[in-house]
Amino acid sequence: MIRLVDVCKEYNNGTKAIKGLNLKIEDGEFAFLVGPSGSGKSTIIKLLTAEEFATQGRVMVNGYNLNTIKHWQIPKMRRTLGVIFQDFRLIDKKTVWGNLEFAMRIIGATNREMNKRIPYVLDLVGLSDKANVRPTEMSGGEQQRVAIARALVNNPQMIIADEPTGNLDPQRSLEIMTLLERINSMGTTMLVVTHERELVNRFSKRVVTIQNGELISDEQGGYYKL
Amino acid sequence: MKRRRLNLGYFISEGFHSIFSHGLMSFAAVCMIVACLIIMGSFALLAANADKMMSQLESENVFYAYIDESYTDEQIAALEKQVKSIDNVASVDFVSREEAKQEYLDGQTNELYVNMPDEVFRDRLVIHVYDLEKFAQTVDQVSALEGVADHRAEQDLTDAFITVRNVATAVAGILIAILAAISLFIIANTVRLAAFARREEIAIMKMCGASDGFIRWPFVIEGILLGLVGAVVAFFIQWGIYAGVYEAVMSSSASTIIIPVTFGSIWYWVLGIFALAGILIGMCGSGFAIRRFLRV
Repeated sequence: MIRLVDVCKEYNNGTKAIKGLNLKIEDGEFAFLVGPSGSGKSTIIKLLTAEEFATQGRVMVNGYNLNTIKHWQIPKMRRTLGVIFQDFRLIDKKTVWGNLEFAMRIIGATNREMNKRIPYVLDLVGLSDKANVRPTEMSGGEQQRVAIARALVNNPQMIIADEPTGNLDPQRSLEIMTLLERINSMGTTMLVVTHERELVNRFSKRVVTIQNGELISDEQGGYYKL
Repeated sequence: MKRRRLNLGYFISEGFHSIFSHGLMSFAAVCMIVACLIIMGSFALLAANADKMMSQLESENVFYAYIDESYTDEQIAALEKQVKSIDNVASVDFVSREEAKQEYLDGQTNELYVNMPDEVFRDRLVIHVYDLEKFAQTVDQVSALEGVADHRAEQDLTDAFITVRNVATAVAGILIAILAAISLFIIANTVRLAAFARREEIAIMKMCGASDGFIRWPFVIEGILLGLVGAVVAFFIQWGIYAGVYEAVMSSSASTIIIPVTFGSIWYWVLGIFALAGILIGMCGSGFAIRRFLRV
């Protein structure tokens, strides 16, 4: 669950990225966060992942109050999230299995747990036959599936996808979004940041629109109207 | 899900891997640690030898206080008490002029000395001291006592060893501080290079919920391994250098005055201190280097 209450974010150089934003996303929801470049989408993600902190207002993520969170609690909070990036951010020297094993090792999973969970997640994203392949030998769509698998492997409460289809062609983009919708239907909260109008309008989900750091609209089954 | 808290095998394997992924920088770091430890060790060994000489001198070191010839036995006993009460005096033995003569003649074969009259010798107090650094002060205190006609003290050798020990300790201290700082800097740079090469990986780890400790440990282990390798290499080089110097001293005329400590009797101290210093330098260097990369 995400709750932003009167959140403002001003960077040290004086840029006001977020201006009094209020937003609530319940557990199990699927929401698109849309807006043009520079509207504050990336800042919101940074606030949700505790890379940045609000200068005003309250930020709650999966039961953690990020205004008062202790430094040592941040890793625990992040373990409740799976983050997917536009540029995939996979470790090229590791295989697909290695990338997923790496994410599980971080949280202290045992070998038995890894051997059980990784095949399940690879099957879910349709990459069972690519476990021993390195990311550099895969297409963009496949690499994004690996990134989704990595985000999923620790069974997070919520996935935050930052422009997950930004580097993909329309067909692959549709496949990825369909996969995210499927994962959401299994109970994982999904927040997808994008500026791809066609994709957003096709899925008819909740659409939160921001511009210049302010909330413009928030509609269930809405459209990307900017 | 059941959680394990420690991934020691993973940390060690990552630490090893990191050393070889930037071999030249690791080599430079090891060389710097070796240089630092050898210089530190050489001065420490010099100080240890000077200390041993001092201990030997301290155990043998005496001076003589000659007693006024007009003093009676009671007065001599009172004077002996007074000398004993001085802080740095370990023991006082009274030697009569007859005993002194006998002792002297024991070492002589020439007939000229045999008929020497007793009056040539004086009653004396043989005084042992605790601390050689206060030797001169103690001699002055005893000489100032009423009833002490004269004294004999050979202080040149003592002063020389005190100077050697103090200079060696001071130089070792300064050099250790400077070289430790340089070693820390080089190790920190080596680890910083490794961390920079893996900055994307570190950012991914942070985003997946890795704790600072999980990210830091492989780098700390890399630093420890570099420090340990440097310590072992430095130990063997130090051994070689010391053995050479030992042989040179023992085969020269200096061996009549100086008997150096054998390396065999202190090798475990040298190895232990080198290992500890290497580990500390490695740990601190890598700890400093990685801090910046944890701020994600």
